[in-house]
Amino acid sequence: MADRITLEVARYHPERDEKPGIQTFEVPLKKEWVILDALNYVKDKVDGSLSFRWSCRMGICGSCGMMVNGEPKLTCATFLTEYAPGPIRVEPLKNFPVIRDLVVDITDFLVKLSKAKPWLIRNEEKPLADGEYLQTPEQLDSYKQFSMCINCLLCYAACPIYGLDPQFGGPAALALAQRYNMDSRDQGASERMDILSHDDGIWGCTFVGECTEVCPKHVDPAGAIQQYKLTATQAWIKQMLMPWGGK
Amino acid sequence: MGKRSNEPFLWLLFSAGGVIAAIVMPVPLFLFGLAFPLGWLEGPSYDRLLELLRHPVGKLYLVCLCSLPLFHWAHRFRFTLFDGLQIKHLNELIDTFCYGGAILGTAVSVYIAFRIP
Amino acid sequence: MMTHHAPHTPQAYHPRMSTYWWLERWPYLRFILREISSVFVAWFACLTMMQAWALIGGPAEYQRFQLWLEHPLLISLNAVSLFFVLFHAITWFNLAPKAMAIRLRGKRVPDLLIAGPNYAVWLVVSLALAWIFLRG
Repeated sequence: MADRITLEVARYHPERDEKPGIQTFEVPLKKEWVILDALNYVKDKVDGSLSFRWSCRMGICGSCGMMVNGEPKLTCATFLTEYAPGPIRVEPLKNFPVIRDLVVDITDFLVKLSKAKPWLIRNEEKPLADGEYLQTPEQLDSYKQFSMCINCLLCYAACPIYGLDPQFGGPAALALAQRYNMDSRDQGASERMDILSHDDGIWGCTFVGECTEVCPKHVDPAGAIQQYKLTATQAWIKQMLMPWGGK
Repeated sequence: MGKRSNEPFLWLLFSAGGVIAAIVMPVPLFLFGLAFPLGWLEGPSYDRLLELLRHPVGKLYLVCLCSLPLFHWAHRFRFTLFDGLQIKHLNELIDTFCYGGAILGTAVSVYIAFRIP
Repeated sequence: MMTHHAPHTPQAYHPRMSTYWWLERWPYLRFILREISSVFVAWFACLTMMQAWALIGGPAEYQRFQLWLEHPLLISLNAVSLFFVLFHAITWFNLAPKAMAIRLRGKRVPDLLIAGPNYAVWLVVSLALAWIFLRG
């Protein structure tokens, strides 16, 4: 195995560049190094101006998502040796505006996430003296998978619909809405459905399925959305047959 | 946001059409499209086919096979045009073409079913 | 999202998606092929209508229709259609379980147990149709 590998890193200086360009760096090829280690090596030893986000370096904070050879990856969980002999192309996460180098603007996602109301909605709260909301292991199991989302946005980079349609809510936001819909403590399913059973919500999804493929936490957002479509359809049928029923 | 979309209705039609296309279409397509014309197998006679189609189940088969898969196509093709060719701004034209086509096909198949001697 | 900057203020770079985005990765192309299968599904629906129309037109008309089906172009088209209809069927059976999170005694039923019965129904219906059309 060679002891060096080439990184082709996207650079974008908003104050002087029209569009991103590529700068190559040679970095040590160590078997225990991930892409993030290589980027930090560049920043420490070669070019301190290289900008990128990272935090936990162990696949839980969701900060270090980037495109590696055209695939969305967590750079803290992607080994250099996987791409030997290289070169490895590192670019900012697809489908988001690029602020600088490898840093993208995720405001759009945050807006759409809030729209999905990813918190427990109650018609009325139990008084504290009554104790906790109890939940059986089976009840937890019904939404647990969708709760594993770390908001890393790899699914948004993989989703062509999100890239094509600026209105589309996107995989994670919709999956997280479903996570709360399925939570036995939640009473907000109807409220969320009013917002999300639209073309910019679940009905914009055409089940490409790439979001599920790239998710590092195995959330299966595609599955969540298809289940949501089925629930929304059942609710629609019920409303058609019994329009006088209250929500 | 308020009132929910009526998209579920179109999704139901899409799903029904998808099920019919998946479960019912392969064999007739293989037989009538390849096996019989190429002489691999002996096909049913004219009288036999007419007899099959006269039966109410035969008529139902005809209408289902011609109608629902067209709605499946309408829904899917509409999205393919929006996303694949990025012509969503022509959505009214596309909707009319797709769903209009499916409705037309349904009408034709019902007409034929009634006209069977 | 539009933000207004004063002159000489840095702007974020907004990438544009290519019209040929679906060629950039194999999973995208496979997705588009799956969607295109609906065109061949529609074709067979139309062909069936044409067949029924020829049938009610009388034996001579139906004979003409059958001869038309023997044309190499039609054979090729129908061969391709069969491929796409089967592609549709297989992708459909594999994806349909995703919409149904069926739980039995607390545990999620694995997708294969839902796809399995679908394939079984497919087999039964296919055999029934083959028997009906081949019986003569």
